[in-house]
Amino acid sequence: MKTKILLAILALAIAGLIAVPWIASYFYIFIFTEILILGLFAASFNLVFGYTGMLSFGHAAFFGTGAYAMALVLIHLQWPFLVSLLVSISAAALLALIIGFFCVRLNEVYFAMLSLAFGMMVFAVAYQWRSVTNGSDGLAGFSLGSFGFGLDLTLGNPAVYYHVVLAIVFIASAILYLICRSSFGMILRAIRQNPERVSFAGLNVRTYRLVAFVIAGAFAGLAGGLIAPFLRVASPELLHWSMSAEPILMAILGGTGYFLGPFIGAAVFVLLETLITSFTESWMLVLGIILALMVIFFRKGLLGTILDWWMEVRK
Amino acid sequence: MSGIVSALLNSLDIGLLLFIIAVGLNIVFGVLNIINFAHGALYMLGAYLAFTLINIVGMPFWAALFLAPLGVVILAVLIDRFLLRFIYTRDIADSLLLTFALLLIINESVRMIWGSGIQVVQPPQLLAGSMHILGSSVPTYSLFVIVMGLLLLAGLWFLFNRTRIGRIMRAAALDRDMAEVLCINTRLVVTGVFAFGAWLAAFGGVVAAPMRALDPGMGDKIIIESFIVVVIGGLGSFPGALLGAIILGLIHGFGGRYLPEVNMLLPFLGMALVLLFKPHGIMGKGANA
Repeated sequence: MKTKILLAILALAIAGLIAVPWIASYFYIFIFTEILILGLFAASFNLVFGYTGMLSFGHAAFFGTGAYAMALVLIHLQWPFLVSLLVSISAAALLALIIGFFCVRLNEVYFAMLSLAFGMMVFAVAYQWRSVTNGSDGLAGFSLGSFGFGLDLTLGNPAVYYHVVLAIVFIASAILYLICRSSFGMILRAIRQNPERVSFAGLNVRTYRLVAFVIAGAFAGLAGGLIAPFLRVASPELLHWSMSAEPILMAILGGTGYFLGPFIGAAVFVLLETLITSFTESWMLVLGIILALMVIFFRKGLLGTILDWWMEVRK
Repeated sequence: MSGIVSALLNSLDIGLLLFIIAVGLNIVFGVLNIINFAHGALYMLGAYLAFTLINIVGMPFWAALFLAPLGVVILAVLIDRFLLRFIYTRDIADSLLLTFALLLIINESVRMIWGSGIQVVQPPQLLAGSMHILGSSVPTYSLFVIVMGLLLLAGLWFLFNRTRIGRIMRAAALDRDMAEVLCINTRLVVTGVFAFGAWLAAFGGVVAAPMRALDPGMGDKIIIESFIVVVIGGLGSFPGALLGAIILGLIHGFGGRYLPEVNMLLPFLGMALVLLFKPHGIMGKGANA
């Protein structure tokens, strides 16, 4: 019964998302594109945090790398969109492998500090390596060519781009969901709850953590590859730790214990941001206050709180 | 030769300043078992309060050196009483998240109050100008920072090894329940230690103010540096904080002079190298995770 209701809500939500360009103005098309991309970014973060129990403060490193990879490929090679996305994914996964190698070796506290430090290292490189990254201005002036597969899509059209993003985010989320549901995902959850027991069971905790970190990095890279053509720029802000704060907040906001939590968190986050930045510039201040309140009082997130409340009512 | 001397002194002043910040981070971690992400923000707050006291109110530098950290200590007590007390008993991820939220709040507040531009604090008359040491000219203020760092180092050593308060703090760090059994008010110790950590950060901020330009990103820079110091030296280790800070100071002092192109990367490379061979830092102890 419960799953049927949830499935119906999900189907309705997807149908609604598909219909957005036909019923809403350009403004909302942009907002929903952003929600989808950031939702995928936050869901990839939650594989590391909510599932594996590693709190990363440097997840933007992979997001930004994906964006830079996309921009560089489009500027210098003009490859089709899908191929460029593969480059974004590979670049971010490779970086995650290198950073993860150092980060997953130690406990939670070290992991948090190291992920932040390495994340800011990537930011520093993008900021200083002017000849490749164009420094603080970032890379702009690239345009999308063909889509790939011989499909004739005008990606420059926001409505078309929205549908492409929707399709890619949907497929990627489905893959991520299957990973979370697989026996591999179960082991990750077991690691979060008790790493000692998992290693006594004969599994190499470090390897599992590293694989989870690389997968999350790859999906973050995909999200980054999608955001660069959307923003029409790949700038160092995408790598900064304030960008790493966003998936953290989205996951906490929606609920880290649920696969869809980060997506709901992303939607609330983007809508709130649009609302708040329309009358104040201090969005980060509001963000900090919301994060503090959520952590202290609503640790299960909106989804968790609502589901708890629903269970209570049905009793 | 003169180049080496000035690079060395430069390394020392960067290193000892970093020590002041990192040791506060370490003490708070040791007793409270939380990593305070907002530690750098408190350092920045100390520097900006000093800026207001000196440039706007017109106080002498020495008064600001005393008063600005006190202001930050009051804020730290409020933070401890009204925010952190909710999460001391929870999973460590919650304290990381909450102090990160604090960092966002303080950073943005600084931007709102003092603006995004760069502010400058002049060193006091006594410490302006420069001195000649072994044929190289060194800013007097730089020597002041070194002296301050050494004084604080000696003071902390004395505090932890020779006083009752220091023993209580060490006892609370080792085993809080046991300390409570021995009639120590650990609630008070926790608040006191958090406030003391904040005092160290803010004191470092005031000391750094005349040496560096103030901008709202200065807290971010110092917290990342302190993390590197702590990772290199070993989390929770007092000599480790000193060693890590001096190593990072040397990397900056000599790297900035001789390898300017890769200067920004060197601290991270140093950290990665230490992690490869000593995952818990040079002075750190504990089994591999």
